[in-house]
Amino acid sequence: MSSAAINKGGRAGAVALALASWVVKFVAVVLVIATFNFILVHAAPGDPAQVIAGQSGASDEKLLEQLRAEYGLDKPYPVQLANYLGRVLTLDLGYSYRQQRTVASLILERLPATLLLTATAFILALISGIFLGTLAGIRAGKWSDTLLTIVSLLLYATPVFWLGLMLVLLFAVELDWLPAFGYATIGVQMTTFERMLDIGKHMILPVVSLAAVYLAIYTRLMRSSVLDVTHQDFIKTAKAKGLKQGAIIIRHILRNAMLPIVTVAGMQAGALVGGAVVIETVFAWPGLGRLIYDALLQRDYPVLLGVFLVMSVIVIALNLLTDAIYRMIDPRVSVRAAS
Amino acid sequence: MNRREFAKLMGVSAVALSGIPLGITRAAGQTKGGTLNTIIQPEPPILVTALNQQQPTLTLGGKIYESLLRYGPDLKPMPGLAQSWEVSPDGLTYTFKLFPNITFHDGKPLTSEDVVFSMTKMLPETHARARAIYSRIERAETPDPLTVIFKLKAPFAPFLTALDCTTGPIVPKHIYDGSDYRKNPANAQAIGSGPFKLKEWVKGSHVHLVRHEGYYRKDEPYLDEVIYRVIPDAASRSVALEQGKIQLTQWNDIEFYDVARLSKLPNYEMTTKGYEYFAPHQWLELNNRVKPMDDKRFRQAIAHALDLKSMAARVYFGMPKIATGPVSSKTRFYEKDVKRYDYSVEKAKALLDEMGLKPGPDGKRVTLKYLIPPYGEVYQRAGEFIRQSLGRAGIDIQLENTDVGGWAEKFSNWDYEITGNLVYQYGDPALGVSRTYISSNIKKGILFSNTAGYSNPEVDRLFDEAASTIDEAKRQELYSKVQKILVEDVPVVWMFEAAYPTFIDKRLKNVTSTGVGVHESFSSVYFG
Repeated sequence: MSSAAINKGGRAGAVALALASWVVKFVAVVLVIATFNFILVHAAPGDPAQVIAGQSGASDEKLLEQLRAEYGLDKPYPVQLANYLGRVLTLDLGYSYRQQRTVASLILERLPATLLLTATAFILALISGIFLGTLAGIRAGKWSDTLLTIVSLLLYATPVFWLGLMLVLLFAVELDWLPAFGYATIGVQMTTFERMLDIGKHMILPVVSLAAVYLAIYTRLMRSSVLDVTHQDFIKTAKAKGLKQGAIIIRHILRNAMLPIVTVAGMQAGALVGGAVVIETVFAWPGLGRLIYDALLQRDYPVLLGVFLVMSVIVIALNLLTDAIYRMIDPRVSVRAAS
Repeated sequence: MNRREFAKLMGVSAVALSGIPLGITRAAGQTKGGTLNTIIQPEPPILVTALNQQQPTLTLGGKIYESLLRYGPDLKPMPGLAQSWEVSPDGLTYTFKLFPNITFHDGKPLTSEDVVFSMTKMLPETHARARAIYSRIERAETPDPLTVIFKLKAPFAPFLTALDCTTGPIVPKHIYDGSDYRKNPANAQAIGSGPFKLKEWVKGSHVHLVRHEGYYRKDEPYLDEVIYRVIPDAASRSVALEQGKIQLTQWNDIEFYDVARLSKLPNYEMTTKGYEYFAPHQWLELNNRVKPMDDKRFRQAIAHALDLKSMAARVYFGMPKIATGPVSSKTRFYEKDVKRYDYSVEKAKALLDEMGLKPGPDGKRVTLKYLIPPYGEVYQRAGEFIRQSLGRAGIDIQLENTDVGGWAEKFSNWDYEITGNLVYQYGDPALGVSRTYISSNIKKGILFSNTAGYSNPEVDRLFDEAASTIDEAKRQELYSKVQKILVEDVPVVWMFEAAYPTFIDKRLKNVTSTGVGVHESFSSVYFG
């Protein structure tokens, strides 16, 4: 926030006020989301006690009573909701009775693996997508553009689990170059460097499978965006001024063509934390996506609500970040004070 | 199918009145060491089998927690923590002598006190199945650290069959006594007395067990470690097997459609042994409260209209055996001489005509909803098959889908017309069979109770008498009678004795040598 310091004194007060009102809004939004999540999750039929009983091969009244009491399900809904919101305000994500752990510890345990997988795939896809999309856009109509378009369309249409399995069949089963599943070799002593190498090796296939879909999206988006910008007047002006091709592409085309990409990427980044259920399932990757999915099937409400909340907070934060990046790239977007 | 020679374990005479002390026999040449890699799917929530009895918890927890007895494939009791036992002639007093030098994973000794605490205090509080059985104990005595005496309120024939590691796991009293069992921080450590102890559990990835050095059985366990990997995707599990990354799969790890293909792998053998104690019985659950299913003739018509032979072949790839009645052929007191319902659309139609259920202009006589059990694709296929099969007789089936939570809730609250059910028998009709048919077990909101709502005083009487008699011949007579009545009445339509493929690396020995198979402690499993 160094920009605030440069501003005149009068502005500083306004910014502080804006910030305060923003914090109030943020908390209100989080509470509304939390309430909505709670209602949504509890609206689904089926109760956790029955799920556990159903998988235990035996059940009686006492077991169900015990479980419902543990989950706090024996209290009326409004009381449950009030308890839950109270915990949210004290930043307490609750306790999973099913797994005998705090929700926060469950999430923290899974978050690194998920971010490693999704962020790597996302960044890889973003950078190569921008590069390939620009290439296709500049060479629109040439054979290289056609090839890129066909490949990205194919990738976009391929179901991600199928791509993952095919990669496994080729690189793990047939060639035996890469491990087929898991995030690391288990039960082997390794140095830190060896361990990193080992995890890296395990990452290749899931990252590539996951990146493929994103890559297709960004390539196609970037291509159409570049084409859009290229036909605008200011590019003609730049050319008339006698600027070099490279300078035009980087300073004028790219800078403007990036805007839609930033918007879409900002929206998708929020989903990164949620992990990628399908890829995590295919590659037995111990991420958050599977935690959410299992929690949903098991009606593990505390875990579900905890993850939803963390994700919504991150999405809100990412939206702000996207706005900031937007302002850096596009000078036309001014600082929107508390409006 | 199975080309494997089982190491013959010494059996105990069925009448365990004399309580022969048993030395642990050892076949020659077990090698020590090695890591067993296998699969656990889905991932268990916790590992304490006293607190959670879901399938994966029991499979994994069987290595960590032991019970008084083990059972052979014929379900005869064998020494577990108890080296010998005696039953008084009146069937009320059971005396167990423990092996000396048993220790828990924290180094503390396991004594008769721990056994009594587990079976009379903690398990009746936390374990629904154990509660039903061990609540019959009037009092327990511990004359010395290695002797446990249980006195029952009334004779209960299958008491000796209900002491396996899934029903009666022995937990350390010094950790649990006086604590809130479910919230005890030690649950994360899962301290038992089994041959393997928990080293590391990376949620979502694997559970790593290592040898319990203080194990009481000479030279056992042979393996150094057992690693259970969580592999949620069926195709990835098959790949893991093909690549030789794992040496054992169990239960539903490998999907039925992959069994034939993977059975050709030269370094594995496939067996369906090791589920005798559970004997999962699969049937079509008919809500007897819903018309026309309250009429015996209609239920019989369904039994005739189901083409079980092709269903076993097409849907389950030839794995299961067709069930003939309420008791599995693997369970004690099975009666094979009962009425048979051969596949015959004609007979089914004749019964429906007799009831006055005439086909409408579209050929449909009646429409019923089938709630598909939400346990994977194979149930979906089974539902489609049932619809086709019953449709030929004019019984129109509409398929309904739901998830585990929704299914359990609807089914247990009798809010269904037809669904599928799979129930364990636990070695004795009094433990796993009667609960489905006796009137006193019609309990709303409870799964695995008498959910069909069938009620017959004669059946109630026979089951009751058979459970409290300890004379085996008399029990057989009563159970034979009750099976004949039930098969005539068809409260539910029995389909299969479910079979599960266990793939075992050929170097691995003794995996399915007992009636609980993959749930066993694996203390005698070794790489040959």
